[in-house]
Amino acid sequence: MYVYDQVDQRIIDERVAQFRDQTQRFLAGDIAEEHFLPLRLQNGLYVQRLAPMLRIAVPYGMMNSAQLRKLAEISRNFDKGYAHISTRQNVQLNWPELADVPDILAELASVQMHAVQTSGNCIRNTTTDQFAGVAVDELEDPRPWCEIIRQWSTFHPEFAFLPRKFKIAVCGTESDRAAIHAHDIGLELVPHPDSGEIGFKVLAGGGLGRTPVIGSVVCEWLPKKHLITYLEAILRVYNQLGRRDNKYKARIKILVKAMGVEAFREHVEEQWKALKDGPSTLTDAEIDRCKGFFTEPAYKQIDGLAAAATVKAQGEQNPEFGNWVTRNTVAHRVPGYRIVNISLKATGYAPGDISDVQMEAVADFADQYAFGELRSTHQQNLVLADVEQEHLFDLWQKLDALGLATANIGYLTDVICCPGGDYCALANAKSIPVAEAIQDRFDNLDYVYDLGPLDLNISGCMNACGHHHIGHIGVLGVDKKGAEFYQVSLGGSQDKDASIGKILGPSFQQEDMADVIEKLLTTFVGLRQSEESFLDAYRRVGLEPFKEAVYAKAD
Amino acid sequence: MPKLIKDGRVVDDQWQGEILQPEQIPESPAAPVAVQLEPGQGPATIPCALSNLGLVTIFFPAFTDGRCFSYARELRESGYTGEIRATGHFIRDQLFYLQRCGFNAFQFAEEVDLDACLASLSDFSESYQAAVDQPEPLFLRR
Ligand code: SF4
Repeated sequence: MYVYDQVDQRIIDERVAQFRDQTQRFLAGDIAEEHFLPLRLQNGLYVQRLAPMLRIAVPYGMMNSAQLRKLAEISRNFDKGYAHISTRQNVQLNWPELADVPDILAELASVQMHAVQTSGNCIRNTTTDQFAGVAVDELEDPRPWCEIIRQWSTFHPEFAFLPRKFKIAVCGTESDRAAIHAHDIGLELVPHPDSGEIGFKVLAGGGLGRTPVIGSVVCEWLPKKHLITYLEAILRVYNQLGRRDNKYKARIKILVKAMGVEAFREHVEEQWKALKDGPSTLTDAEIDRCKGFFTEPAYKQIDGLAAAATVKAQGEQNPEFGNWVTRNTVAHRVPGYRIVNISLKATGYAPGDISDVQMEAVADFADQYAFGELRSTHQQNLVLADVEQEHLFDLWQKLDALGLATANIGYLTDVICCPGGDYCALANAKSIPVAEAIQDRFDNLDYVYDLGPLDLNISGCMNACGHHHIGHIGVLGVDKKGAEFYQVSLGGSQDKDASIGKILGPSFQQEDMADVIEKLLTTFVGLRQSEESFLDAYRRVGLEPFKEAVYAKAD
Repeated sequence: MPKLIKDGRVVDDQWQGEILQPEQIPESPAAPVAVQLEPGQGPATIPCALSNLGLVTIFFPAFTDGRCFSYARELRESGYTGEIRATGHFIRDQLFYLQRCGFNAFQFAEEVDLDACLASLSDFSESYQAAVDQPEPLFLRR
């Protein structure tokens, strides 16, 4: 992964000093509350329902073991001993004190971490595929490009006060695991149709929130060296023409829609003319430098078939282990290795939460089994990307002892869930208890597996941090005359065939949610053809049968 | 005489003449003129050549209005070398970014300690991306 040189370190240290000074001036009454607001936001600090919340950046989801240990230490010393993995691959602390934040940032800087631009109306942390670099279906590793974007966007002087927040995602595979269609800018590494040279397909104007929109293609194929100048042109158009009069209409998706993608593209091309081939054009040397940080680790030569056979035999002896391998591990590009998902979705724990003890243990596992690196995922889990099959059994036993081996990755109980009303000041409703009630109700794993892959996504409000629009089943907390209600939508998808879910009908009370989900799933099982997934079945039959089942009057 | 920060120092406001709206400016003014821009009224609305300008002020109705940052940068990229002055409701903690975008003068609407503000001009000693103060991105200089 990327390693800071002296200059990177100096920049991040200077940021800590800057925010320390700002915090002191604020606490001394020399900065007005409204002026301090964007300053603290761009250092990751929200003021929440119960206490401030600090969102720590995990650039494109990559961490090393030292960083995870530091997070464990910080969560113990400055918080209540746990942290939360967000749906943007970041790490959130729920209980820090404002006065401690500069010290926390200094601690983070000591392991090359920060909370820069994790909030506020600026370019946010760039996200990508959690299996980048190890996926079997990858055309090119997107991470060097994420790092190039990270550096360009960090403290960008022109784009720190945009109309609204701005999120970029990059993917290097056809099956899109980075939800690039749901981002302000989505970048996909694609071959040129004639020459085969790899460049970027550029999408703009995707987004969730109040008005969910799938991104439009602004450029079918962009040569790699022009990435930064082209992004700069898009941002310049958005910064100048994006709406600033209404916060709900301020995202780039509204601009692209209002203008039409052709007109938007013309504006971008016009701005780009002045920037194209300028000094920010990427050089081969810089591209190679960044790629140099994401080279292969020292993989062993392993007989893949023999390794797989051993794991299979172990699985037959210990079916629980075998099941975990099937559910939570993924094929690796290199023979003899597997990608291991660590589920943070055990029933009884808030989805995405991890304790200090668990973090330290996972850091040890990363060192022992996975070249010292790990990743966070937008499904709020962790990943050890390079585990030798021979070590899977040991690793599983250790994970299991820590409650980190729930074999539910990609299934119903692997709920994506924002912090909601338990923590978040913006929430209309709680989300964690809904996730819990559903996990509780569906504690029969065989039934859960039988349902097939199922994304259940829960957000506590329109801000859609739980990505409810793109869940196969989406749940949104709404406020009805001061009471907490939940609206259900069906048919969302974040994959290549991205789609926005359709609202089922009138919203429900919290205590009814597990029943509602059960009715939906029973209906699905009843009308399902052979091995059809929930999404496919929904696409075949539409909303009606589900509606009937859920809203049918009791006789 | 009102004070402002210019080129890194606290100075008196030297501009004597009127500051005009773009539509008040003739196509070829006889002497250098000063123009006020504001969000929604960017450099494209200036009717004369940039070399006719002695001063451009860019007014911040709110410190969060980021359009002003792009305006300054576009002016510099179009070759304007005179004074670009931020006016209105920007804040001290934006000075570093403003300067990078091409502002070289800062006249606060609010009463502030200008000498103390100078420190914020040098919050960082290095930056990743190209801007007006450093036309080469860091990757060309590593
Ligand atoms: S979706 Fe709403 S409630 Fe949930 S974390 Fe985001 S802002 Fe808070």
